[in-house]
Amino acid sequence: MSETIIDLEKVVNSGLTTAIKKSEIIYNQLSITLNDYGDLISSILFLKTNDKCRFKQLIEITAVDYPEREKRFKIVYLLLSHENNLRIIVNMDIDEKVVLPSITKIFPSANWMEREVFDMYGISFKDHPDLRRILTDYGFEGFPLRKDFPLTGHTQVRYSEDEKKVISEPVKLDQDYRNFDFNSPWTGTKYIKTESEKNKDKDEKKN
Amino acid sequence: MKKKTKTMNLNFGPQHPAAHGVLRLILELDGEVVENIDPHIGLLHRGTEKLIEHKTYTQALPYFDRLDYVAPMNQEHAFALAIERLLNIEVPIRGQFIRVLFCEIGRILSHLLNITTQALDVGSLTPSLWGFEERETLMSFYERVSGSRLHANYFRPGGVHQDLPLGLTDDIILFCNTFPEVIDDIENLLTDNRIFKQRNVDIGIVTKQEALEHSFSGVMLRGSGVAWDLRKSQPYECYRDFDFKIPIGKNGDCYDRYICRIEEMKESIKIIKECIKKMPNGPVKSIDGKITPPKKVDLKNSMEALIHHFKLFSEGFRVPKGEVYTSVEAPKGEFGVYLISDGSNKPYKCKIRAPGFSHLQAMNYLLKGHMLADVPAVLGSLDIVFGEVDR
Repeated sequence: MSETIIDLEKVVNSGLTTAIKKSEIIYNQLSITLNDYGDLISSILFLKTNDKCRFKQLIEITAVDYPEREKRFKIVYLLLSHENNLRIIVNMDIDEKVVLPSITKIFPSANWMEREVFDMYGISFKDHPDLRRILTDYGFEGFPLRKDFPLTGHTQVRYSEDEKKVISEPVKLDQDYRNFDFNSPWTGTKYIKTESEKNKDKDEKKN
Repeated sequence: MKKKTKTMNLNFGPQHPAAHGVLRLILELDGEVVENIDPHIGLLHRGTEKLIEHKTYTQALPYFDRLDYVAPMNQEHAFALAIERLLNIEVPIRGQFIRVLFCEIGRILSHLLNITTQALDVGSLTPSLWGFEERETLMSFYERVSGSRLHANYFRPGGVHQDLPLGLTDDIILFCNTFPEVIDDIENLLTDNRIFKQRNVDIGIVTKQEALEHSFSGVMLRGSGVAWDLRKSQPYECYRDFDFKIPIGKNGDCYDRYICRIEEMKESIKIIKECIKKMPNGPVKSIDGKITPPKKVDLKNSMEALIHHFKLFSEGFRVPKGEVYTSVEAPKGEFGVYLISDGSNKPYKCKIRAPGFSHLQAMNYLLKGHMLADVPAVLGSLDIVFGEVDR
């Protein structure tokens, strides 16, 4: 298994050459980072059509938010090849204002996945057939999975007896949101105690 | 002169018995023929991924029970595997066997619900009454091992929470001996039933190529003739040691998918029997005291155990920096977790890949040109559970 991954890394590196910033194998899975979103379409197409890659199935598209970085988002594409029994993670750092090219032409299933990324992170896609919100409520504002979006949200809804309809109003908490920060500098030991060692400790105490 | 026709818009759901949860479909109909479908999802969106980012790894685990609530432990499994890979710990062999045992029970739970409700959608009531009785027995196994019938929280990073209680394996074997008869009974009612076949054969056909392009997995993929099962092709835990077959369909229609599920249940029974027969003795969770909590008995005698228990349930354990994608063959398809850790005690990002999301997405393409009455039949065979689609 691991040898085929190394072969794959070579194929991908020689096929995509300049488009790739770096490639690495961590936890026995190949992950490549692309330089720029301009190369996205061609790279994904290469991975899908190349004879040695054959990544015919798109598993997931997602984004990660790093607010402190200059390029705020990392967008991640997970692909799977049934023929070669391999997976690949394609990722790339992008700016907040970037409009990504949509890959719905290559993988029809990207449609909803891109909608979800748009809904959760506010990343837009060019040439997407139907870029609407998908998981959040009708008329929802904000992008929930961004790190600066509070866990409680901004609005709450309730049924108003006066207006005879469901209304939304700013969140009112009876008690402040409690942040249990239990991080301690304590690191503990670096080795694992086996059963026999534990028993030995007990015996010593008895004596 | 050409006749002018007007399409009609029909709102299906969100509260509809055949919608398998809270699904809203905006159907565009030309007479009774479906022209376009626009599924509106998210009515059960609970923000699971956001919540997980704010909880420790131990606290995040129970959220996975609430995704596909029909087979809870299979979901926990993916998350536990992701954490284990980041921590680089091994699950003891008995722990692995128990996991396999309960994953297969989960598979039967899910397939039973799906087959019987699919039958219900096309007008057959009896299978669901028989099937739910068996589900009840299976859920009692869940209860005996974890204390809870649905939200088990049983698979923990490093193994499983507790060892099997005495006598449980005997009862599971007893179930395995009686259950095939129930499958036969259900099959007697459905497999050759004229009405059931009329409603399912050649309905919602998916070709091999289309199944791949639409990111299908699990039975949706196998029904179309792609021999792909993560338990075989990318084995996790000790699935490598088991002898089982992967049933695949030929035509990729609703009927083939039904047959696949029936056959998979029979294979699961085989795995469960073999699993119990081979079940080794030993610990059920990793002996690393920094990850897995100590035994309750030790808390009374050992100061060290008490400290560990307190630290693990308040601060939790820390997971080294890294990102990993793990997937398991859940009953509905490939269920994956893409986990990013920043080295603290909480996940930085946890993306949940639910199989039902891609399946539901293909509704429009699957049903274009079909009759309105086929909508519930196809929806039934997709095996949708809204807990995981909406997350």
